[in-house]
Amino acid sequence: MMSGGGGTGGAGPAPGAGFETVAGEERPAEIVAAIARSRNRARGRFRTTFVLTWVVLVGALVGSLALGGKIDGDFILKWAPYILGGVPLTFIISIASIAVAVVLATLGSLGRLSGNPVIYGIASFYVSLVRGTPLIVQLLFFYLALPQIWEGFASIDLVVLGISALAFNYGAYMTEIFRAGIQAVPRGQIEAASALGMHERTIMRRIVLPQAVRIITPAIGNEFIAMIKDSALVSIITVQELLWRAQEIGQSNFRSLDTLLLAALVYWIMTIILSLFQDRLEKRLAASEVRL
Amino acid sequence: MTTDIRDPFAKPGALTPAGAEPIVRALGIEKYFAANHVLRGVTMEVYPRETVCLIGKSGSGKSTLLRCMNFLEEPTVGSIEIDGLRVDADPLHGRSREHREQIRQIRLRAQMVFQEFNLFPHLKVIDNLVEGPIRVKGVTRDEAVATAEKYLEKVGLAEKRDEYPGRLSGGQKQRVAIARALTMEPKVLLFDEPTSALDPTLVGEVLNVMEDLAHEGATMIVVTHEMAFAREAADRVYFIEEGVFVEAGPPDEVINRPQDPRTREFLARTLGEAHAHEGGAIHVPEDRAHLHGDEGEAHVHDVTERSFQQHDRL
Repeated sequence: MMSGGGGTGGAGPAPGAGFETVAGEERPAEIVAAIARSRNRARGRFRTTFVLTWVVLVGALVGSLALGGKIDGDFILKWAPYILGGVPLTFIISIASIAVAVVLATLGSLGRLSGNPVIYGIASFYVSLVRGTPLIVQLLFFYLALPQIWEGFASIDLVVLGISALAFNYGAYMTEIFRAGIQAVPRGQIEAASALGMHERTIMRRIVLPQAVRIITPAIGNEFIAMIKDSALVSIITVQELLWRAQEIGQSNFRSLDTLLLAALVYWIMTIILSLFQDRLEKRLAASEVRL
Repeated sequence: MTTDIRDPFAKPGALTPAGAEPIVRALGIEKYFAANHVLRGVTMEVYPRETVCLIGKSGSGKSTLLRCMNFLEEPTVGSIEIDGLRVDADPLHGRSREHREQIRQIRLRAQMVFQEFNLFPHLKVIDNLVEGPIRVKGVTRDEAVATAEKYLEKVGLAEKRDEYPGRLSGGQKQRVAIARALTMEPKVLLFDEPTSALDPTLVGEVLNVMEDLAHEGATMIVVTHEMAFAREAADRVYFIEEGVFVEAGPPDEVINRPQDPRTREFLARTLGEAHAHEGGAIHVPEDRAHLHGDEGEAHVHDVTERSFQQHDRL
C-alpha cells in the first residue's frame, strides 16, 4: 500500500505516465454516474415497498373490521362531525398548556441552576413532586381535591383547570429539558462574555438563553406532540374535547369501537402532521447559518 | 502584604515611554486547584506598550497565570494590578458585590483572546463586536458600530461584518475575536494560545495581526507555543515550569541562549519539532503533526509522547 507510482494494473501505461491517464478520461465519471443510478434505484424500490406495506396494513385493519360487520360506516358518518368538533378544543388545550409550561419551565430551569438554596429547593421540589406522581392523579387533584381546600376552585372553568394541570405537569418535565439546554451552551461562551465584563444577568439574557432556545426548540416540538395525546386525559374531568365526545357517543350507543377508532385515527393524523412540521423545523435549524 | 514584591525580570520595552511604571502587576500569585499547587508564587510586571510572551510546557501553569490576570480564575493568594487598579485575591469572599465589581473593572482594562475563539454563534460578526461596548460600557450603538468597523478593518475582515461566525474559517474567527477585544479599547490584551486551535495554514494570518499590534505598541501578554512569534514580536519572554518562572528576558537571550537546563530541554523539544516539519509549515499544532506524516514512522513516537503530555494538562 505504500508503493509509489501509479501503475497498479499490469495493463496500465508505463510508470511515470501519471495517475490521470491510468483509467482513461471518461471512465471515472461513468462509474460514479452508474453508482448513483443504482443507488437511486435501490432507494426508489425501498420507498415503494415501504408505502405498499403501509397501505396493506391499514387496508387490512379497516377492511377486516368493516367486512366483518364490526364497524358501522353510516353510524360513524352520522357522528363524525360532532366528534371531530372536539378537535379545536384539543388543539387549544394543547397549545395553551405548552405555552404555560414553557413559562414554568423557564422559571424552573433558572431555579434549578440557581446558587440560592431556597430557589433551588423550590425548583427541585416542584420537579420531584410532579415527576413522582401520575399525571392523572394531578389532574384529579386539581378537579376534585382542590375545591375541598378552597371552594372557589369549583367554579373555575374546567378547560382552564385542565390546562393548568397539564401545564403544571409538563412544566416540570420541561424544566429538566431547559436546564439541560442551558447547560449545553459551551462554558467558553460564558467565559468570553464575562471576560468582556458583562454582568451575570446580562450573560444569561444575551448570550446563554438565546443559544439555549435554539438547542431546545426541537425538544419543545416533541413535548407538544406528546401534549396532544396527553390532552385526552382532561376528558375525565368532563372537558368536551375529542376523546370525551368519542367516548360519550360510543357508550350511549354501544358503539365504542367505532367512535374510539375514529378518535384514535384523528390523534394519529394530528401527530403525523405535527411530526412533519417538526422534521422541517429541525432541518431548517440544522441548515441554518447560525451554527452553534 | 504583597506591596514590596517586585519582578526581578521586569524591564521597560522598546516602545515604553520614558519613566513609565508597569501597567500590569501580578504579585505573588499562587493558585491551587483543590490540592494541586499550580502556581507557586509568581510575580510578573509588564510595562506599557510591551509585548511579553509566556512559554512553557502544557500544564506548567502559563494559561492559569494568564487567566488569573483577569480573574477567570481567582488566584488563591496574591494580587493583580492593571492600570492602577489593584485587586487582591479573595477566594473566601469572592462573591461579594464589591469584589465582583472590581473584577469587572479589571476585565474592562484587560481583554482576553481565547484559544477556542469563543465568538457568540447566534450574533453576526458586527454584533459580536458591539455587544460588549453597548452592554458593558454603555456606549451608544452608533458609536460602538463605528469603533467596531474600525477594528474589523484593522484585522482585514471589514467585508465579513454581517456574516455569522459559523461561516468563517478558524483564522477569520480568531481575527474577529481579536477585533472584539480591541473594540472594548482595553489597556492590555491577553492572548491564551491564540493559534493552538488553528489549522497550520491559518496560523500565519492571526500571527500577522498580532505582530502588527505588537509593533504599534499595544500592551500584550501572550501565552504561546509559537517561538517564531516570540522571537519576532516579544520584548521579553518568560519561561514557566511547574508554577514558577525559571528564566526570563529578551527573546534573544531566552530562546537563542537559554541558561537553565529546563529551558534548554523545552526549547530543544519545541524547536526540534518545528524543524522536523520544515518545508511544510513551521507552525505545527501538537495534535496535527501526524497529518504531515508522509515520512511515516519517525513521528509516531513523538505524537504519542505529546498526546500523553496533553493528558497531564489541568
